[in-house]
Amino acid sequence: MLVQGIKSRPEYKGLDIDPHAKRHLFVLEGEGAQALIDEVGAKGRDFLAKSEILYLAAGAAPKAYDVTLSALSPDVFWQASTLQPLLFRLRACLEQARMGTRLSIAGTEGFIGQIMQVAIEYGIDYHSIHTEHRGSMARRVQCVHCKGITDNVTTSPFPCSHCGLPLLVRDHYSRRLGAFQGVNIDAEEPGTAPEPEEMFP
Amino acid sequence: MTITFRSETFRDDFTFRNSLYNIKRFPFPFDRDEYMYSVNMEPHIRGKADSVFENLIDVDEHYVAEMQDRALVLKEDPLRCQALPHMMTAQWDVLELLMEHQAQDYPEHFTLEKNGDRWRWVNRPMGIDDTFTFGDAATLPYPPMEYITRQAQGDFCIVDQRDNNLWMDAGMVTTQADWSLDFDIGMNFMEWHGPVPLAHQIGVFDRALKFLLNLQQGKPTRRLNWTMTVNPRLDTSPENYHKWGPDRTTVTPENVGDKMHLRVELQSLWRLPRSNAILFVIRCYLISLSELVTVPKWGRRLPRVLKSLPPEIADYKGLTRNRPIMIDWLAKYDDGAPTSAGIYPD
Ligand code: HEM
Repeated sequence: MLVQGIKSRPEYKGLDIDPHAKRHLFVLEGEGAQALIDEVGAKGRDFLAKSEILYLAAGAAPKAYDVTLSALSPDVFWQASTLQPLLFRLRACLEQARMGTRLSIAGTEGFIGQIMQVAIEYGIDYHSIHTEHRGSMARRVQCVHCKGITDNVTTSPFPCSHCGLPLLVRDHYSRRLGAFQGVNIDAEEPGTAPEPEEMFP
Repeated sequence: MTITFRSETFRDDFTFRNSLYNIKRFPFPFDRDEYMYSVNMEPHIRGKADSVFENLIDVDEHYVAEMQDRALVLKEDPLRCQALPHMMTAQWDVLELLMEHQAQDYPEHFTLEKNGDRWRWVNRPMGIDDTFTFGDAATLPYPPMEYITRQAQGDFCIVDQRDNNLWMDAGMVTTQADWSLDFDIGMNFMEWHGPVPLAHQIGVFDRALKFLLNLQQGKPTRRLNWTMTVNPRLDTSPENYHKWGPDRTTVTPENVGDKMHLRVELQSLWRLPRSNAILFVIRCYLISLSELVTVPKWGRRLPRVLKSLPPEIADYKGLTRNRPIMIDWLAKYDDGAPTSAGIYPD
């Protein structure tokens, strides 16, 4: 479970597919594939004919979810090698998306955040996006000092991958940035940062 | 009254000081001997002469120096001033509000002449005399919010009202008590207040939000908030925490009186006429402990407040390290006599 009670963190309420929606766009990463597979188990296969799936295997590649997903025979199944081409394809999809298309995102929190950012850019109300957190608890963190973003942070503190300052990961999340806030932990007495502790496995 | 503006700094050599007149009008935030978060709001109406409540947009002796400090901050970090695109109408609302109040209450220093949409704004302390078309941003050297808040003391947030919530969609924030506009922009009331301890649990934010959603135009409201800052530094942003954080280790029993400053925010909230947004003004006042204890009631009360402060609040405000030194130093000003209710000196 993710830490509860962080007021600025979005709630990831689960995919909860509406079978009557005109069209579905699923953007999935790693273990997020299983979120869709579970929904098919619960709701049946009918909605798949009007679904497009964009998938990024990331760390879950050995589990071959891509095989399972494409075997579901959705209208479109497309697999990305890395995040950048996935975002490129996502923009093209949103550009052409018709009224009544439901966007659903599942995967790690950093992934969800970055897909939401693009969706919000395209004027989609974030309340209407279905999200489900699956996979690691790693956080995407913005350094409040240099503004650089570090992905997949599992410890606190951690060294900013841009300016090198040891950062404490605060429980404060910006949807606009799709990131938590990192603040220099030993600002008052430089050199006294504690050892990194695994906090977000 | 003509104000004599001080020439002083809020960084490096820290030459900021308060005059005797300014000490007496300091908005001491404690109306009793202890402190806890509450929905401490009251109508923002004119108060006593020679108090910070005399005028609703207060200009004081630090005006020019504060505007110079703001300009320095913006040069280093332009992200301290941001506005989302849908906030343009609200920006003009804010420009009008600040110009009108400053011109009306400080005619020696500011003049606003309106000729239809053609406005002339004269700011004598800063040597500005500009004529522009209200509503046409191209006729000003900066976007309207930035233009006027480079000429008004305090930080400013403009919050948009929709979906029964308030959204921080614009701001000029260069004198903040350790929070980031760049990080918080676009958040709603509960989200940007996320890091505050205790207050969510006791319902302070639920009630405050409800109250603000019903704020009426022409009936601004206000509250006081406070923290403490080592050295009279205005820019205590998280962005620069690695630069000012070490100051906290420089406090000693010998220098605490001059180094440690009570930092009070007179926050006022105004419903804006055209946009229906709310302007949140965070007017920051600094006073060193040495200046503060020249008012006996405040010298008695502050150590009592610091001693009884809940540890979560002390931590959140960054006071934990220096709280004992402050309490020890202040002890000699507390003779144990009872203090009168309210914030004003006896
Ligand atoms: C629209 C108006 C308001 C804005 C833009 C605003 C903004 C903020 C921000 C940015 C913080 C810092 C949070 C952090 O640590 O990151 C804060 C703190 C806080 N706010 Fe507000 N606020 C507003 C209205 C209010 C109201 C009406 C109340 C009334 C109860 C309130 C109570 C507090 C409290 C208690 C804190 C903690 C302050 C401390 O201990 O130093 N705020 N606010």
